[in-house]
Amino acid sequence: MALFEARGLHKRFGDRVVLESIDLAFQAGTLTGIMGPNGAGKTTCFHCMTGFHRPSRGRILLDGEDIGALKPHEIVARGVARSFQAISLFDADTVLDNVVVALPQVRERAADAWGDLARDSEAQDRAAAVLARVGLAGRERAKAKDLAYGERRALEIALALASGPRILFLDEPTSGLGPDGTARLAELVAELKRSLTLVVIEHDMRFLFGLADTIAVIHWGQVIAGGTPQALRDNPWVARSALAEVAC
Amino acid sequence: MIPAATAAPGVAATWRPTPAARVPVPLVVLVAVLGTAPWWLPAVGLYPYLGVEIAVWMVYAMGYNLLLGHSGLPSFGHGAFFGIGAYGFGLVQKHLAANLWIDLAAAVLVAALAGAIVAAFISHRRGIYYALLTIAFGQVAWFVAIKWHSVTGGEDGLLNLKRLPADFGFVAFDLKSNEALIAFVLVALALVVFGCWRIVHSRYGRALACVRQNETRARFVGYPVWRLKFSIFVVASSIAGFAGALFAMAQQSAYPNVMSLHQSGLVVMMVLVGGGLVSFWGPLVGAAFFILARDLLGAYTETWLFWYGLVFMALVLFKPEGLAGIGRDLAARWRARKA
Repeated sequence: MALFEARGLHKRFGDRVVLESIDLAFQAGTLTGIMGPNGAGKTTCFHCMTGFHRPSRGRILLDGEDIGALKPHEIVARGVARSFQAISLFDADTVLDNVVVALPQVRERAADAWGDLARDSEAQDRAAAVLARVGLAGRERAKAKDLAYGERRALEIALALASGPRILFLDEPTSGLGPDGTARLAELVAELKRSLTLVVIEHDMRFLFGLADTIAVIHWGQVIAGGTPQALRDNPWVARSALAEVAC
Repeated sequence: MIPAATAAPGVAATWRPTPAARVPVPLVVLVAVLGTAPWWLPAVGLYPYLGVEIAVWMVYAMGYNLLLGHSGLPSFGHGAFFGIGAYGFGLVQKHLAANLWIDLAAAVLVAALAGAIVAAFISHRRGIYYALLTIAFGQVAWFVAIKWHSVTGGEDGLLNLKRLPADFGFVAFDLKSNEALIAFVLVALALVVFGCWRIVHSRYGRALACVRQNETRARFVGYPVWRLKFSIFVVASSIAGFAGALFAMAQQSAYPNVMSLHQSGLVVMMVLVGGGLVSFWGPLVGAAFFILARDLLGAYTETWLFWYGLVFMALVLFKPEGLAGIGRDLAARWRARKA
């Protein structure tokens, strides 16, 4: 059984159908890439799978449990984390504080209105370990808003990692990064792949084809092709499309 | 550029945030200044009741800033809860029990209940919609206070409320004099400020700060945002109700004017002028500044609010961090010169 599944996923906004009968399955320990042109419905699909939007129809299953009607914080508590296309952080806080608040041991005690969080050195050390994992060791004191763009991307991934996910959704993580930044991110994602199930929306085909175990192509709100990178390269539709240049 | 990832062994943070002081120094200063007010206020040409009024508005502003400054939730009809607390205090005293503790507890409970009802309707909103809904609910409460004559006394309000003694069983303190009332309100203020201090630095407070900065991100690191917004609104309403009860006690009456939109705006101005958006202590500065401006400027001109309004506009335009921000800048400049 797949760790995470979307079955017959529909999403409409008013009379506009954005997703139609999307079926996706993500096996534990794999990296699945999602690609497609702008406006294809990739991010809406992510939004539905992570609780940002409620699907109009269809089921979202995590380990067999239907999470389609749950609120985002309930979905996060079950081990689903995500990043956003536009980097989303707590900008006025330090790098360390950004990660500390995302730790399960901190958020699960969010009703504690008395104890001083700054005295929780165990949480701080855990956060520092997460920061080291994404390459931000030594940057604890900096404000999130003062980080360079690539560091902000890394911090957003650190926030997601700190929440203790079983599956991590990354929405266009290379967006805005140069070649060096993309290469570093590829190293990081390859490292994460060893311990996590990953789903990545990406326009950078070299990045995606180099890392993904399977890839799904979404267009016009539907999954129009899918399989291993090699299978996609052999797919005649892909061979005829603009994707062929990088995929093949 | 994205940083190079390193291995993550048993890492210790290279920097840690400074824990909050267990007893903050500004609170000690506040208690010292207001605690001695009955002696020094007459010496500078002011009257002891002013100390009571400043302390009551400080309680109100501190609670309100948990919402506006700390959680980023713009409640512009908050006078409703101040008034509900005042009426709760007065009605229970007149009709149920003439006991200070019961009357104060009733005021807090009634304001908390009213806050919970309003919060249930608005906590899924944010920004301008949130603000407009709070104004609407505030106006409803004000209208009810004016029109429900048989209960609230209409525009006259509830008159002849008593300053009941603070009875601890083994000893009772008479609170009829302004000097005694200052001491009582000061203890209440110190407790509220200390409570707010703990909340702001707690896990709960940090979660609220996350909601203020980025509600979507807070939701997607696992915080129940609706519940957080609901609960802090109830807490702030309770504190407003408590302040309203102290105000009714000080004024020996409860009247609908304190629930008006105009009065609700005053606490917003106090918090913003004081610098509540950037400093925990800003609301205290703002409340003192407002009441002192009212009395000192008011002694010279009836249009004192016009001049205060100009100060407010100037601060919003040129120093949105308020008086606390100005103080912070001056302190930084002084430290730089000293270095």
